[in-house]
Amino acid sequence: MSLDGKVPTGPIEQKWSKHRFELKLVNPANKRKYDIIVVGTGLAGASAAATLGGLGYNVKVFTFHDTPRRAHSIAAQGGINAAKNYQGDGDSIFRLFYDTIKGGDFRSREANVYRLAEVSVNIIDQAVAQGVPFAREYGGYLANRSFGGAQVSRTFYARGQTGQQLLLGAYQALMQQVDAGNVKLYPRHEMLDVVIVNGHARGIITRDLVSGKITKHSAHAVVLATGGYSNVYFWSTNAKNCNVTATYRAYKRGAYFANPCFTQTHPTCIPASGDYQSKLTLMSESLRNDGRVWVPKKIGDKRHPNEIPEEERDYYLERKYPSFGNLVPRDIASRAAKYVCDEGRGVGPGEKPYAVYLDFKDAIQRLGKEKIAERYGNLFEMYQKITNENPYEVPMRIYPAPHYTMGGLWVDYNLMSNIPGLFVIGEANFSDHGANRLGASALMQGLADGYFILPYTIGGYLATVSWDKVSSDLPEFNDAAKEVEKHIKRLLSVNGSKSPDYFHMELGRLMLDKVGMSRNRQGLEEALKKIPEIRERFWKEVRVSGNGESINQTLEKAGRVADFLEFAELMAYDALHREESCGGHFREEYQTPDGEAVRNDEKFAYVAAWEYTGVGNTPILHKEELKFEVVKPSIRSYK
Amino acid sequence: MKITLYIWRQSGPNDEGKFVRYDVEKVSPHWSFLELLDVLNNQLIEKGEEPVAFEHDCREGICGSCGFMINGVAHGRQYAPEGRTTVCQLHMFRFKDGDELYLEPFRAKAFPVLKDLMVDRSAFDKIIEAGGYITVHAGNAPDGNTILIQKDIANEAMNAAECIGCGACVASCKNASAMLFVSAKISHLGLLPQGQPERKRRAQRMIAKMDELGFGNCTNQYECEAVCPKGIRKDFIGRMNRDFLFSVNTETESKDFVGAI
Repeated sequence: MSLDGKVPTGPIEQKWSKHRFELKLVNPANKRKYDIIVVGTGLAGASAAATLGGLGYNVKVFTFHDTPRRAHSIAAQGGINAAKNYQGDGDSIFRLFYDTIKGGDFRSREANVYRLAEVSVNIIDQAVAQGVPFAREYGGYLANRSFGGAQVSRTFYARGQTGQQLLLGAYQALMQQVDAGNVKLYPRHEMLDVVIVNGHARGIITRDLVSGKITKHSAHAVVLATGGYSNVYFWSTNAKNCNVTATYRAYKRGAYFANPCFTQTHPTCIPASGDYQSKLTLMSESLRNDGRVWVPKKIGDKRHPNEIPEEERDYYLERKYPSFGNLVPRDIASRAAKYVCDEGRGVGPGEKPYAVYLDFKDAIQRLGKEKIAERYGNLFEMYQKITNENPYEVPMRIYPAPHYTMGGLWVDYNLMSNIPGLFVIGEANFSDHGANRLGASALMQGLADGYFILPYTIGGYLATVSWDKVSSDLPEFNDAAKEVEKHIKRLLSVNGSKSPDYFHMELGRLMLDKVGMSRNRQGLEEALKKIPEIRERFWKEVRVSGNGESINQTLEKAGRVADFLEFAELMAYDALHREESCGGHFREEYQTPDGEAVRNDEKFAYVAAWEYTGVGNTPILHKEELKFEVVKPSIRSYK
Repeated sequence: MKITLYIWRQSGPNDEGKFVRYDVEKVSPHWSFLELLDVLNNQLIEKGEEPVAFEHDCREGICGSCGFMINGVAHGRQYAPEGRTTVCQLHMFRFKDGDELYLEPFRAKAFPVLKDLMVDRSAFDKIIEAGGYITVHAGNAPDGNTILIQKDIANEAMNAAECIGCGACVASCKNASAMLFVSAKISHLGLLPQGQPERKRRAQRMIAKMDELGFGNCTNQYECEAVCPKGIRKDFIGRMNRDFLFSVNTETESKDFVGAI
């Protein structure tokens, strides 16, 4: 079946304004008659809930955190893109659109990406008005820096804490709406199911993480803003609680999951330190503005980095990609790091270490330590805390790690999934980044969706449905709540001898190895065989201590791991069927002799949207053809 | 190395709670402090015992979820001589074989214990709700560059804005004062031109809410500053007090606050 993305007709520059005009409106007096549920309070969820509350809708917002200010958006470091052209360096909406389409390896929807570039300028204005303390020039104007995948300086930043400041801005706007009574906040609540009534999403089932109470919530529309799923790898840069449960359970209720195999490995992470590590730490990509990436030319060179002379160093990114140098996009930089380490030129402790140097020596000589500290001080501090090494004196060691997931629930141009009334925004949807996300674009998308897109499109949907209250006593709600309770009881009653972490790590190892940065048919088939085995053992051997009627972090974890164990299979199916290399999806069978990705536009210029058919069954593939009317797909070169 | 932990175990807000001893063997210096607890918890789960509840998420020192007392000091700050640490950023290379550590939750009337090392910090949200924002609806903001902000002012606003809301300041204060937290927000927004229209109202409402929720007053001992993972300075408390005094003398809402001065 082919899917309709509902892209408006007309020239790309006018699609969004034309569409906004054509969307039906809800009269201000009627807005308060509509209830909207927003799940997740990261940049997308908090900005959406705040804006919808401001418009006058009745909003209920849910987060499993103790407060909306903790969402993982807070950890984004480097910045947020916007086509302001404040630097007069040739930037424009069209160039940001072009860079994003190309960066995504021609696997995203053109109209969405153009709209993203278009509203990017409003996001900065909105954030400034909220008091986000962006970096400023001496004249008082906003400062910018450059980021991977771009040749202009369009990234706005607040030290190395841009995500934090943008999230706090959205969070404060949200709390203002809570105070105004338009938004009701449900912290420490985890969404465990979506309720579908007559084919429309009409509510959710949640578990109160403190009392363990299962509750039914009804609304006229449900918005999922629940982030990405790269914790399927266990060792990822995501916060420990990030998970796939909300989107996966929506998938089980009939929402299509699009491009699940598109996971980004971020090139600048602190390498794993050894025997036990719970997660990997990201260092902002902005470090590559001034840091130079290198490894020794000689295999197995164990000398201290400061003792390796210039002529014996291989600045491989600058060598291979002279025009973008250290600022090549993330997928390119990540794979390049993997290659040099596979060759045995990795650095750091151990026999065959997997790490490369990110060296600030030249930048410190050129700009002085103070300037570098001003730009990246907190990142250097973070690095030193974790590694016990001083990056001002010794080059940092970095290695790629699973990071952002470009896949997510399928949505049309209105950000609505194939289930009417179920909207999906931010990292939880698939739409804007294609097969690879450029740096500083995640914050942009989350806020674009939440502040400037969803508030219009959801109105267009609500105007077509009645404002009669939806009862949460309908059989659909009761059935869903019972299923959730049954699932929890099942987890509690296995009574095996292993922790949920044990299985999560086993799955993660397999996924990193076979469905990771680089995949091939054999490995993927192997993964598809092994994932169900791990899953089976999980349901026989896991142990969840305690009960379901109070705080039980093991139970929360076990539920999420159970979903990862099913979802992992979907990722492998998708990676196996996509017989091409593009962006974060690198199939070893499809590469040039010098290791660059080979895309197959004739066969695979589509979004792969999967339909659930039962645990362990092969999902059904639906395709949304991608039409490139404005940017002709070309070989992606950064040389 | 071997680390002995005495951990506060409390099954719920109404339970009495007590310290329980746990020995963790073969601790690697590379582990973070929370990884030490992960390892202990996995061992407890496998033995069929209840693991220790503690808050955590990003493990990069930015989300503000984690935090408890280690040997009486929030975030185990005494083990990070360079300062500015969250407990997730404290690594085991700071400790030595045989160390005995007491872990207990942040204690304050406004932060009731939920379980073990977890406390309820929603009081902070209520304070923000009372005025810790700039009112602006999406879509009507002027161009960002029409609001000029002196570089050092923007930097100082950022210094205040860095607060992660972990609550260590409250836990370290003998009066359980939230003044460092509140002053950070008041300073962040009060320093910026965008924050001026609501500045007085903000100071009044946030401070009133802070009092109402049971946080105490500043004792001028600055333990809060010493343990703050983000280096929020006590100077902001002075700034907050100035804004408050200025507001009570000039703002109409002031009549409710005469007794507070």
